[in-house]
Amino acid sequence: MTAATLRHAGWILRGNPLTAVAAAGVFLLTLIAIFGPWIVPYDPIVSNVSQALMPPSAAHIAGTDQLGRDVFSRLIVAARLDLAIAISAVGISFAIGAVIGAICGYTGGRLDRGVGRFVDVVMAFPLFVLAMAMVAALGNRVENIVIATAIINLPFYIRFARAEVNVRRNVGWVEAARACGDSHLSVVLRFLLPNVLPAMAVQISLNLGWAILNAAGLSFIGLGVKPPTPEWGIMVAEGARFISTGKWWLVAFPGLALMLTVLCFNLLGDGVRDILDPRMRT
Amino acid sequence: MTSSLLALSDLHVTFSTRRGLVEAVRGVTLSLGEGEMLGLVGESGSGKSVTGFAITRLLDAAGRITAGQIRFRGQDITRISAGDFRHLHGAAMAMIFQNPRAALNPIRAVGDQIADAITAHKRMPRDQARAQALELLRAVQIRDPEKRMAAYPHELSGGMCQRVMIAMAISCNPALLIADEPTTGLDVTTQKIVMDLLAGIAAERGMATILITHDLGLAARYCRRVVVMEQGRLVEEAEPKTLFRAPQHPYTKRLVAASPTASSRIADLVPEEERGRRIAMRVAPRPQPAPGTPPLLEVQKLAKRFDQGAAAVADFSMMISAGESVGLVGESGSGKSTTSRIICRLIDPSEGEIAFEGQSIGHIPARDFHRSPFRKNIQIVFQDPNDSLNPRYTAFDCIAHPLLRLGGMRPGDALRQRVEECAQRVGLGIELLTRFPHQLSGGQKARVGIARAIACRPRLLVLDEPTAALDVSVQAVVLQLLDRLRREDDLAFLFVSHDLNVVRMMCDRTIVLQNGHIVEQGESRAMFDNPQTAYTRELVDAVPHIEPRLVASVG
Repeated sequence: MTAATLRHAGWILRGNPLTAVAAAGVFLLTLIAIFGPWIVPYDPIVSNVSQALMPPSAAHIAGTDQLGRDVFSRLIVAARLDLAIAISAVGISFAIGAVIGAICGYTGGRLDRGVGRFVDVVMAFPLFVLAMAMVAALGNRVENIVIATAIINLPFYIRFARAEVNVRRNVGWVEAARACGDSHLSVVLRFLLPNVLPAMAVQISLNLGWAILNAAGLSFIGLGVKPPTPEWGIMVAEGARFISTGKWWLVAFPGLALMLTVLCFNLLGDGVRDILDPRMRT
Repeated sequence: MTSSLLALSDLHVTFSTRRGLVEAVRGVTLSLGEGEMLGLVGESGSGKSVTGFAITRLLDAAGRITAGQIRFRGQDITRISAGDFRHLHGAAMAMIFQNPRAALNPIRAVGDQIADAITAHKRMPRDQARAQALELLRAVQIRDPEKRMAAYPHELSGGMCQRVMIAMAISCNPALLIADEPTTGLDVTTQKIVMDLLAGIAAERGMATILITHDLGLAARYCRRVVVMEQGRLVEEAEPKTLFRAPQHPYTKRLVAASPTASSRIADLVPEEERGRRIAMRVAPRPQPAPGTPPLLEVQKLAKRFDQGAAAVADFSMMISAGESVGLVGESGSGKSTTSRIICRLIDPSEGEIAFEGQSIGHIPARDFHRSPFRKNIQIVFQDPNDSLNPRYTAFDCIAHPLLRLGGMRPGDALRQRVEECAQRVGLGIELLTRFPHQLSGGQKARVGIARAIACRPRLLVLDEPTAALDVSVQAVVLQLLDRLRREDDLAFLFVSHDLNVVRMMCDRTIVLQNGHIVEQGESRAMFDNPQTAYTRELVDAVPHIEPRLVASVG
């Protein structure tokens, strides 16, 4: 399985250079998130007021902020936190949403209708406002950002899994699995879910970018990670105060980091689906 | 042939695919006279539909005519511009497709759709076009045409939709009609009605027709001339009579042999010279069960209602003895699939009793039946091999699945051996076991499905149209395989099918279902040779035969 999958992934990437670039980007981002704190040239927390608000130079390639901290170092260190929030939030909402959605799509009936209405209600709120309210109510902590982001993502996964499973519930191989001795639950978890996974991979990838933006957005309005922790959203928020005085690098570099990260995840989506779907193999 | 309406000469069509260029049509030469009905017969992948699409210029973007000519009334239409071709479409040539429901616009009333087809080629007021559309609906013998004008495709049956398609196709009086599998997917009785109608209209209007079909019997019944295609080449061209009496090309011989007729037996499905040593096909007399032994399966007064609707199945009783093969025939909506799934315990009956070897299994809810010790005794082979295998399982996983779940086996050498043994029994190469379903052909997938069903050595095998989606030559092999397995394992079959010729060959007894009720049952051959009820007779008569006396008697 693994060797063939790798060969197939290579084939897809060769035919699709944009996906390959995105994959490389995500890979690089992961490396940065893991090893960031050890490779940065400066301490991201300790301030050095004599060096405050220096424009990009050879010593500080992304300049320094109002406390003289190296913006580049802070960007690198922030990757871990932002990525961790996004991945755990998306992971939680995918795991819960896919199972609930798949069960609803398979059984139909009252449960399906009930969950469907609940999802409609959640989606009727402006989702970012909902996340703000949750973080404000639960307290300004990283876990709560994760929980809030996971909950506002949940409806998408429920709907998606429900729709994908629903069209497959009557196919021959589902009945065949029943005839081979699988219970309904095992059909859903072991047969239907793996089959909708490729389609959901796209959703996950798009969602990761969105979740990073969401976390940064919460921090931007002061409801997320607290300073002085390096985080892209806070960096944009703090930098915004200095933009009128021409200190553009405080906003531009964290903004660029956010944009590139989200772009990579979005571009990766389609490639991931092609790699995971065995029908794409010849 | 007085005048040639259409002449193809050395036509080549090539598709560019991921694996490079594929030649779908390799040098087809044929001609068609005014008003002639030509049968174009072949199995899937023979290039018959591609030929039809090439003539009407409906090839998709990947396909290209690489060589040859298509002359329509003497003009080479492969060279004319798209704009000029539009005038030919509909007005000079029209096409009808396999799935009429998919070819109609679902959100527009059929009357309007026909009127659209008319005004696309002739400038005329809307009222006039609608009046013509009504006339056409009358011409295709739709009941209540005034009412049906406002009907949407989903409100009409498959046969009705195909009539609407025919009405649309003939709306501009084309000189040539290409019918691509026009009745595949319709019931036999509907097939007969639609084909009779089509042949009648073609004769009446002097319209030349190319009937593209996989069904030799159908082509023989309606066409005066039949051409057979194999792998993009034309292998034989003859009158139906000669074609069936004395096929020349080896492929035609195979095809003719594989098409089941009212009198053929399982062993006849392979041409004589390929049969090799005649395998002892004589049925060993089945040992009479000791008196007092309960039958393998006994079903009493079964009924099934879905929600508040009318009963899908009502008052259904039957019995199957060990090793017996029972056929269940009926048209779509007759309840045969529902019945087979209830017996398989995949869905619950509303009423009635099911007993397996004397023990009641009807009361076990279908959702718990997977835990029942009877689960492995009753297995099922599904209709469409394409959707009955999990796309993420290899052939090995598919066959191993019931062994792991029901056979109590664990992954390891023993399992591997057992799976390979099953694959060998169904004639599936061991090297194919690592492949995913989409890497297998239809016939190979059918074998995997059968191997999976027999892996746990069931006593009763429910076969739900097991060959309906297969080419005749593959069907022949699969039927022989099933018959052999039945004899080897003393398996009982419940053979669900709409194909009477197949049921007649495969089954000792047959039950005819109509609207959920049993209308007739009895010993297969006797019943089909001498049907007692009007419905069974209608079914039998509707089957296209390739007996010489019936060939092309319609004209």
